[in-house]
Parts: sequence; C-alpha cells; structure tokens
Amino acid sequence: MTEEQKSAARGTIGVALAGGALGLTAYGVYRQVRGQKAEEGHSPVASVEHGEGNKFIRLVTINKPAAELYRYWHDFTNLPRFMHHLESVEILGEGRSHWKAKAPLGQSVEWDATIINDVENELIAWQSEEGAQIANAGSVRFTPAPAGRGTEVKVTISYAPPAGQIGVAIAKTLGEEPSRQVADDLRRFKQLMETGELPTNDRQPQGSSPLLTPTGLLAEATSEPK
Amino acid sequence: MRALCWYGKDDVRVDTVPDPEIVNPRDAIVKITSTAICGSDLHLYDGYIPTMQKGDVLGHEFMGEIVETGRGVTNLKKGERVVVPFTISCGNCFFCQKELWSLCDNSNPNAWMVEKLYGASPSGLFGYSHMMGGYAGGQAEYVRVPFADVGPIKIPDGLADEQVLFLSDILPTAYQAAENGDIQPGDTVAIWGGGPVGQLTIKCAYLLGAERVIAIDQVPERLAMARNQGKAETIDFSQEDVIDRLKELTGGRGPDVCIDAVGLEAHGMAPDAILDRAKAALFLATDRPHALREAIQACRKGGVVSIPGVYGGLLDKVPFGAAFNKGLTFKMGQTHVQRYLQPLLEKIQGGELDAASIITHRLSLDEAPDAYKTFKARKDGCVKVVLKP
Repeated sequence: MTEEQKSAARGTIGVALAGGALGLTAYGVYRQVRGQKAEEGHSPVASVEHGEGNKFIRLVTINKPAAELYRYWHDFTNLPRFMHHLESVEILGEGRSHWKAKAPLGQSVEWDATIINDVENELIAWQSEEGAQIANAGSVRFTPAPAGRGTEVKVTISYAPPAGQIGVAIAKTLGEEPSRQVADDLRRFKQLMETGELPTNDRQPQGSSPLLTPTGLLAEATSEPK
Repeated sequence: MRALCWYGKDDVRVDTVPDPEIVNPRDAIVKITSTAICGSDLHLYDGYIPTMQKGDVLGHEFMGEIVETGRGVTNLKKGERVVVPFTISCGNCFFCQKELWSLCDNSNPNAWMVEKLYGASPSGLFGYSHMMGGYAGGQAEYVRVPFADVGPIKIPDGLADEQVLFLSDILPTAYQAAENGDIQPGDTVAIWGGGPVGQLTIKCAYLLGAERVIAIDQVPERLAMARNQGKAETIDFSQEDVIDRLKELTGGRGPDVCIDAVGLEAHGMAPDAILDRAKAALFLATDRPHALREAIQACRKGGVVSIPGVYGGLLDKVPFGAAFNKGLTFKMGQTHVQRYLQPLLEKIQGGELDAASIITHRLSLDEAPDAYKTFKARKDGCVKVVLKP
C-alpha cells in the first residue's frame, strides 16, 4: 500500500477533526501558548496544557534507555527521519530552530520554534514563535518502564491550523487525523531506535494483470476458466 | 520475475512482476529454490482474509540462495542456502528478545490496520495480506527478506531442500502446537485436521512423549497418512461422532490435550458447522470454529486446548462455559518460528523428524494455479504441494 493510499484510508476522520479547528486563529492559540509559558514555565508540559487548539497525547514504549532516546530527539534535525510531514529542521542556536513542513499542493509551511523546557534524559518541550502560520507546541517525556522494559515515551502536541481558505485547503488535502500522524511518527521513532531502520513494504513486486480494469469487470469476463 | 499473484477468491495467476530490490540495510534478496503452498494460503484463496489487493504475491514457506544483502547484513553471504521463517521479526524489540518472535513490535509497516481490529499488531508476515505487512511472498523466483540478519537459518550441505523447507512454517508450527499442549507421560493427544500441520503435529506429539495420538479428518488419504506415517489412531468425522468416539478411546475421560489444526474454515457434518457456513456466507460471523468447539467439548477436565489453526475474526457459539467449568488451558498464536529453527534442524539431521514424507505433489511454479485448486479440493490425495520456480 502506498503512502497515498494509507492517507486516503484514514482521510475521513482526519478532515472532520482538522475541520473543527478552523475557527481558531493562529494568533489566538499563539497568545494562549505564550501566556502559559510565563505562568507555568516551571511545569514540564506547560507549553501544551489547556487551551482551545487541537491537542493530542500519544504514548509508546521503546526498548532503549531514556538517555539514548532523549539524545536522538534532542537533535531536532533528526525529527524529519520519523516525522514524515516534516521536510527539515534547522538549528539556529540558543534553543531556537527553524522548521519546514509539507503543505498541500507542493507547498510548505515554515516557522521558528524555541525550546521552552529541557530536562536532560527526561523531557523536551518546544513551541512555535510569534508569527508562525500554524501555531504549535509540543513536548516529549521519557520515563523508564518497570523492570527494564525500556522507556515510556509520551508526546503531547497542540496546534491550530490557519483559518480561512488556506486552512480549509490544508485540512482537505492533508486529510489525515493529526493524532494518527503523531501515533505513526511515534511508531517510526520506535522502529528507528530499536531496529535502526524503518520497516517498509515500498517498492514491492506486485502483479498487474493486463486484463484488469478499475472495476475488475473485464478481468472477471476474460480470466481463465475457474 | 515470475510470481504467483492473488486476484480474488479462487483466482491466482502466475504473472511477470518486477524483481524485488534491497530497500533497507537489513534486507537480503533470496533466489528461491523451493516454495510450498500452506493450508493458510487457502484462507487467502477462499477470500477469508481481509486487506488483500489484486496482484499481491503469495507464499510464506520458502527457501533459497542469498543473492544480495544490504549493508546491515553481515552474517549472510552470497550463495549461502537459507530457510526463511514466515514471521518477520526485528530481533530488537521486547517481544523478539523474549523469543515471542511472531509478536514482533516493529516488522509490520501496516500495524495501524491491525491495531484497529486486534488492539495491537503481531509481526509482519510474507504474502499474507496488507494488514499483516503487505510484504510480497515467496511463491516467486526471488523475494526480499527484511531483517535478514536475524531470521533466516543457514542450511548445511548434504541436506536436500525438501528435508528442511518446512522449517519455514509448518514444522515449527506443528512443534509449537505440541509443545503448547504441555504433554505429560501417558497423555492422549487428539488432533483435529489431517492437513500438513496436523500430520507433522502427530510426529511432534510423539516426540514430546505422547502415549497415544488420535487424528481426526474425513479425507481417506489423510487418515491413511496419519495411520501409516504418523502411527496415529484415526477418527473419520464423516462416519462417526467425534466426541463419543474420543470418550470411547480414552476410558470416558476425553483426550488430555486437544489440538485444533484446522482453524477458521472448519468443515463438519454437525448442525453447528452447517449453521456456521450459512452465517459466514451472510457475514454474520467471520470464522467457522467447528473444530475448536469439538476440541473444547471433548477435552478432559483440566486439559489443554492448543490452537495452531489460524483464526482471524469473530467466533460464534464457542462453548466458553464448558471451557471455564472444565478448567481448560488455552494456548494459541502464530508460530515463534525463529525459536525452533536450530533445535528442529538438529532433529532433522539426527533423523528424529522426517517432514518431507508428507509431500504429495511436486510441481513447477507455473502450475501453481492448478495446485491451489487441487489442494483446496483435497483431490488426488493432495496433502502438501512443493513448487519449484
């Protein structure tokens, strides 16, 4: 199954969910996120708590020590390897980074982000800076699982797509449930950390009998006798 | 290359398809020298397994020669002969490290599909639907083997393909079925299904210390094979009441271990089996668990029901009350193939296990569509088909 087919398979719910956020302005969410930073800066997940935007929490257990996972994630340039909607992340220094994500119609969305909380081997939290087209914030927490069963990784993401025509286009074209994307990203993170690669069935041999039509009718009519 | 592709219910064709290629560092490409049709391939052929796509390459029992390896595969060299487990396993996750290879967390790229159905995904499988990974199978000239550094077992010189081919699936499956039965000295083991797994389970049950093995089927050739090769007693379910006969053979106790080597497409003469067929046809139930019901009903109190037969969905009228009140133990699941490769290879080398003797049909890959028909119809004494690409 191709990436397109996978996306299409999940599309229906995604449109409905993403659509629900369209009434929000980027500015509104941005203000909310900034406000929290000042009030709750001491809290590890403050940047994505509460709020009017879409928020998702996803968890996965990874059979690797927290320190190793923390180190890999902390280098944000690694993120596009498992977050497939990201094109690139560039480190600007002093906790700041420049993010570029895929958008509909071959376009891309870019923004700057700042790390707002960073506890070695435990937690990283970031949020987009003022002026981001899609205001967003995220955190990842690494907690050792019981009895040496690896590390529980908890990701919280909140975001608000832009309002108006662009927002509608993004919702329709991406067509995926964002929480599903986060879950997929986390699964890929686990696969990459545990196995060193991303298991795939891409570029598989597959038959395409010339008799087949999209409806299969011709194939039915002309295939070998049963 | 040539490959057997699925196009729908009762419709498989040998097509020319692109050759597989190395995609990931831990991949290998194997040139297939022998490949078999599995009883569980018939579930695909009969259209019972969802998420199949037209053109999917089938086959999960195969062996061959390494022709190419990714840079992450250092333990295999070009030209080496290997048998490839049908379960694809990473070797790194919690489950692989616990030797629960068929529950690998990482090898199914379409895990999200199965999670919706089952809550969590088992390992990816070769040629067994998109929800099980969408990996092209090995009824073909070549196959791409992911995680080739942990799966395939090298085959020493001097062993013919046929002697070791079934290490890929049915021999470990049979062995795990018997092992799951926790067979104690003096135990009687009853096995539903005289297909390839059933026949090999008879042998494994004796190997693990069964006092008696009773095989249940209706196909005369299969019953004869169970008697002659397996030294089992047999019950023809088209002629006798299975539960009554089992009681008769076990002093009224019932078998200590009951093994369902049939799975979701059970045939039967009893009213429940006929009702199952009707319900499955109307999509009121997905699986037809007649053999499982009988196994539960027949099993002695405190006994074990071991299930190597494949189930995929929802089962109706399973006598859970009988299972509960008789204190039965259930063991089931896809086979943790990698766990059994080395020990079973040694048993083959030592002459303790002969798996090749169940082969009844040797054909070319081009004859595969006919072979599926013959195997499905249990015609012509067909128990096991081996194909040569």
